[in-house]
Amino acid sequence: MTTRFDATVSTPLDAFEHKRLAEVHPEAWNNPEPSGPYQLVIVGAGAAGLVAAREAAALGARVALIERHLIGGTCFNSGCIPSKTLIRSASAYAEMRDAARYGAQAPADIRVDFAAVMRRLRRIRSHLTATTSVRRLAASGVDVFFGHTRFEGVDSLSVNGQLLQFDKALIATGARPHIPDIPGLRQAGFLTNATVFDLTELPPRLLMIGGGPLGCELAQAFQRLGSRVTIVQDLPLFLQHEERDAAQTLSEAFARDGIEVRLNTRATEVRVEHGEKVVDLVCDDYRSTIRVDAILAGVGRRPNVQGLALEAAAVDYDDAGGITVDDHLRSSNPRIFAAGDVCLDGKYTDVAEESARIVVRNALLGGCEQLSELVVPWCTYTDPEIAHVGMYVREANARGIPIKTFTVPMHQSDRAVTDSEEAGFVKIHIRDGSDTILGATIVSRDAGDMINEITLAMVAGIGLRTLARVIHAYPTKTEAIREAAMAYNCTRITPRLLARLHRWLGR
Amino acid sequence: MSELCNLPDDALLERLQRAAFDYFVETMNPHNGLLPDTSRDNSPVSIAVIGFALSAYPVAVERGWMERAEAVRRSLLVLRFFRDSDQSGSATATGYKGFYYHFLDIHSGARVWQSELSMIDSALLIAGMLTAATWFTGAGAEESELRELADLLYRRVDWRWSQDGGGTIRQGWKPECGFLHYGWEGYSEAIVLYALALGSPTHPISADCYPAWTATYQWENLYDQDFLYAGPLFVHQFSQAWIDLRGIRDRFMREKQSDYFENSRRAVLVQRKYSQLNPNEFVGYDENGWGLSACDGPSDEQPQVENERRRLFGYAARGVPYGPDDGTLSPPSVLASLPFAPDLALAALRNMLLRYPQLLSHDRLTTGFNATLTDSDGQPWMSPGHYGLDQGIVFMMIENHRSESIWQRLHGCHYLADGLRRAGFSGGWLQAPTRGATPR
Repeated sequence: MTTRFDATVSTPLDAFEHKRLAEVHPEAWNNPEPSGPYQLVIVGAGAAGLVAAREAAALGARVALIERHLIGGTCFNSGCIPSKTLIRSASAYAEMRDAARYGAQAPADIRVDFAAVMRRLRRIRSHLTATTSVRRLAASGVDVFFGHTRFEGVDSLSVNGQLLQFDKALIATGARPHIPDIPGLRQAGFLTNATVFDLTELPPRLLMIGGGPLGCELAQAFQRLGSRVTIVQDLPLFLQHEERDAAQTLSEAFARDGIEVRLNTRATEVRVEHGEKVVDLVCDDYRSTIRVDAILAGVGRRPNVQGLALEAAAVDYDDAGGITVDDHLRSSNPRIFAAGDVCLDGKYTDVAEESARIVVRNALLGGCEQLSELVVPWCTYTDPEIAHVGMYVREANARGIPIKTFTVPMHQSDRAVTDSEEAGFVKIHIRDGSDTILGATIVSRDAGDMINEITLAMVAGIGLRTLARVIHAYPTKTEAIREAAMAYNCTRITPRLLARLHRWLGR
Repeated sequence: MSELCNLPDDALLERLQRAAFDYFVETMNPHNGLLPDTSRDNSPVSIAVIGFALSAYPVAVERGWMERAEAVRRSLLVLRFFRDSDQSGSATATGYKGFYYHFLDIHSGARVWQSELSMIDSALLIAGMLTAATWFTGAGAEESELRELADLLYRRVDWRWSQDGGGTIRQGWKPECGFLHYGWEGYSEAIVLYALALGSPTHPISADCYPAWTATYQWENLYDQDFLYAGPLFVHQFSQAWIDLRGIRDRFMREKQSDYFENSRRAVLVQRKYSQLNPNEFVGYDENGWGLSACDGPSDEQPQVENERRRLFGYAARGVPYGPDDGTLSPPSVLASLPFAPDLALAALRNMLLRYPQLLSHDRLTTGFNATLTDSDGQPWMSPGHYGLDQGIVFMMIENHRSESIWQRLHGCHYLADGLRRAGFSGGWLQAPTRGATPR
């Protein structure tokens, strides 16, 4: 089959894009003249860099912020913001098709207007970039530089040749898509998260290589927008770091969406035939070939450590793990810290921002805050969403911590039933023999919102006994969290206690 | 049908157990003793079914359903086949390193369907061989040969190789691509596999293998039951067809103050509760209509069609509460819950038989049915024929419920007892010195 899919990818330079670029990288921008050594120089203006710059400036520090490309980094430009916008549009189409499930009538002819979907994406991305405007940053006291950074020594760097001295520096250069080494892939052409949101035409057939969070989110979104998606994952389940049951629930959701799922499968070669991308796949001893219009391949992330001349600053790093930092986020050079994707395993915006806050306090205020103390939730925004905070069971087992899980399937939540959204569960892990929460996984249509209650409890040191006393508005899905807490309370009633209770009530 | 339902419990179970046994009698290839996976035409051999058959023959002798000499003859026939089978590991061999391919040609014994060398299915086969050896303790030449062959075939299994240098046993191996990299995490039916692999006097797995496996366990409170989670019922049953796990505990169960037998009872309660809640509103689900397990079911998969929206999963391990659940129930998994929760299992079985009499043919239960999916006459979808694994587990669990004779006999299997002790099990019947006749 031949298709007329236009594989060229370039963002239409419409009014939204003009506005956005004016905010995040104005053409007429002149780098300021440094007025002396900076107390903090930040390399990279993504989620971590922006937070550090704002907080340091608010403290009254002399701050420089250097960006190579666009203010806002991956999250704003090619990550969370565009992907969540796209997912919402895809979800609207999915609900239209599934209208009968809600007792509504599905429209007779559902045609996806992909151009409108992408226009909305650009509008919202442009709208939100107002919060990361270069001029606003400058007005708040941050010296913003655009250009390439090279470290010149342990306390200096240059931006396009212009020398900046610093007392402390923060490297927050983020990460970039990691392209798998598949013969023929580069020649055939492929999309990554950096380019997929620039599509102007929906690929009729899309191959997603990798079943991590981004791969899963986009596979489902594109399937719902009308692409025929095949997802290839070289592991037995999706989301290898998540709990098995979460991944199982997602597998079922994918089957219902009609996504072609190929687990334990590797892409071994790509070639172009008659304008189609032809991909060879292997699953143990089973070999097959599929034909697609587009391949989304950049699903892993690699830290941006090249080209910074880190050796000159005596900063240790490696290409895969990024900058080596201690628990205080300090590098091998005590003046230089790192935060966000360039040094952390968990490549999430919330972790990046929080690590940047730690750096500001440790670097400027002499703090000794530790990354390991953070309670960090994260979420994969598939339908249902998969959110997690704290420890996994396997981690607890490996560390010899006795762990017990209180599970409430979402079909026990009245609100989930009224909304026909019974897929998923709340699992709260506690230290067995206590009510201390070690972690939780929530799978639900809005798990990302629900997990925050558990995070709050963990940060505040609230156990299940207290959670069981918290009245939740009825009917809401977060009641499932209280149900889990109440199940814990039930286990505290021993047969002996029950017998005494019966005797007392029967007197 | 109604006549069967009117029988008292023991008579009902006698009929069902006898019919299950007759599957082995009727389907065995008389030339080599191999047995088919299902009663359908051209079914290949499933090696695990042979493990069940080897365990069933001596029980049938005690029940008077088969002459002892005939049971020994059948057992020897298949043991000799495996002794002489091609162990080269080639694409058409029967096995490798003492393990066997999952599916074999019933005439030649050669590998079919490009199936994998299956560690768990080989373990079920070996468990059957050792059961036969434990039972047939006569001094005659044939029974002596039977014991020697079982010992030989157990001793030649290279369990250590199946670790592939890793921390736990791999699930399978193929000559075309080596070890399969399917994840095999969490509680599963593999206790019997680990016990046999640890008890081996020749090629045992490393001692840290069992703790490495149990480190993937999840202890959960679900529907007010504290239990070691596994979704499908068969996981809670298969090892206990052979091993009496009442009152003996490994480190995990000691910490949780439970045991695997009690755990299987709670798994029944979880299944009942799930079916009572019936989140997907399937027909036939209630407190006496349950049994989500591995079984055949309807499929909406269309050959050569990609990206179809699927709601039916064909042959799959269905489980609670996370699914997959497409409305298909496995009646044999209900009957196999008999030792753990006899009243609940019998109530459900009787109820399901009254509602759906067509679940039984020749007094044998179908592997799976789906009452939500009906034909033009309103009849539920029914898996055709019978599965050997179902008949095997049903036979064994009815026997363990009625007499405990398989459990009691295998208390005397040194290899299993040693393996369990090395896995950290203690207490109960393991306290007593192992008595019995397993050749050493």
